[in-house]
Amino acid sequence: MSRSLLRRPIAAALLLVAAAATGCGASAREVTITIHYSAFDQAAISVPRGVPITFVLVNEDPIDHEWLIGDDEFHAAHRSGTHASHGDVPTEVTIPALETVETTITFDEAGELAYICHLPSHEAYGMVGILTIES
Amino acid sequence: MRRPLLSLAAATAALLITVAPTLACGGLIGPNGAVNLLRTTTFAGYHDGVEHYVTSFEFAGGGGAFGSITPLPGIPTNVERGGDWTLQRLVRETDPVDEFARAATFDALAGAEAEVLLETTIDALDITILRGGGDEVGTWAKNRGFRLPPDAPEVLDFYADRSPIFMAAAFDADAAAERGQAVGDGTPVHLTIPTDNPWVPLRILGLGKTDGELVEADVYLLTDEKPAMLPNPGGFLESDGLLLDHSAEATASLLADLRSDAGMEWVPAEAWLTKVVIASEAGQLDFDLAIDASGAGRPSAVDAGYAPFTSNPAPRTPIALYLLLAAMVIIAVPVALQWTAAGGSSRTLPPAGA
Repeated sequence: MSRSLLRRPIAAALLLVAAAATGCGASAREVTITIHYSAFDQAAISVPRGVPITFVLVNEDPIDHEWLIGDDEFHAAHRSGTHASHGDVPTEVTIPALETVETTITFDEAGELAYICHLPSHEAYGMVGILTIES
Repeated sequence: MRRPLLSLAAATAALLITVAPTLACGGLIGPNGAVNLLRTTTFAGYHDGVEHYVTSFEFAGGGGAFGSITPLPGIPTNVERGGDWTLQRLVRETDPVDEFARAATFDALAGAEAEVLLETTIDALDITILRGGGDEVGTWAKNRGFRLPPDAPEVLDFYADRSPIFMAAAFDADAAAERGQAVGDGTPVHLTIPTDNPWVPLRILGLGKTDGELVEADVYLLTDEKPAMLPNPGGFLESDGLLLDHSAEATASLLADLRSDAGMEWVPAEAWLTKVVIASEAGQLDFDLAIDASGAGRPSAVDAGYAPFTSNPAPRTPIALYLLLAAMVIIAVPVALQWTAAGGSSRTLPPAGA
């Protein structure tokens, strides 16, 4: 087998590994975000527009967290909100301590949204990530 | 007990505990509003293999419940109300101008729960001694409606890896008010902890604070010998926010006064008094105060949090093995070179003089 023939599967494998490492790819349907020590393991994610994306939110901490995704206006409202918990809306999820929660969202418009935990002090502690919706 | 720690003073990290239902959205901490961070004073005396840890929880006003979590170097054999003047007398000894220091109140408290080893009530304080890892302690707190700040998972693991014993103190401000406690009134708590060496958990003092917030605390040590500490407060080129404010043989009057307080009859006839002032940004306070009170001058890097605790460390390679390997290299290299120069054959060297 020639070297060029060897390179192709290796390159393909590397692409797959890279896509897996970032938790997404152009055709990703599922994105896993793990929370450990009050930090999202992925601070930047890209997903395609118009495709249902299932977010698997794994909370490894013994304290509750939130995963709320939206634009600036959305987050401004939640910073002063008084919801004890979330769950009825796919973009507003409470992840109880040491549990995993899934939510599925289809983003119809390209752009950037932020996902933030709005529990007291958690945003300031760094629980912020950016989701890019590709056109 | 996992490590050879002297018991020492577990500095108190008081956590504001928000009672359920805790509001999940938008910067609401609890019925007390913003977190009150007060200066903390703790005392750790070590004598005859027993640490006597005394701290005070102060009623700071407001209502609802709040509390603290304190890592401990071992399992207490006794938890009782502290004496009435031990902490005040220590402050007067070293800093007669300052007001009596207070317990800290931080932001605060939320599988398997931690094991409850001991429960008692002292005035308006509900004291619980817990054994468990960070997850178990966090679950215990959550199940009681307490919320831990976001840095708690990492900080609890930091301690639980070394000593999974914690004291949770829940302070019911409403009960305190009903008891007639005024703002500023403290409830001293005295823990008796058999242990091999004392250490003071300092990192817990920054729990719930932002990196730039100032952590202030006074730690008093009373030991048979002048203690060696790591980090070395006020040492040359040290910039860890620790100041050695007092280090001298304890005066006879101090020891007599301490001994006359409730539960302090253990105070020896002679001792060394040390006061360490902590004034550090929370983000820099990522260590504890290790103490060697034996006089050997070797405080533990593990106790200070500088080195990871390993319950079953791999045996160190004996120095003899390194020497043997070095000898083999010294012998083997010239032989190999000679063999290579000879063309790699197995020809034997001619006898000397041939």
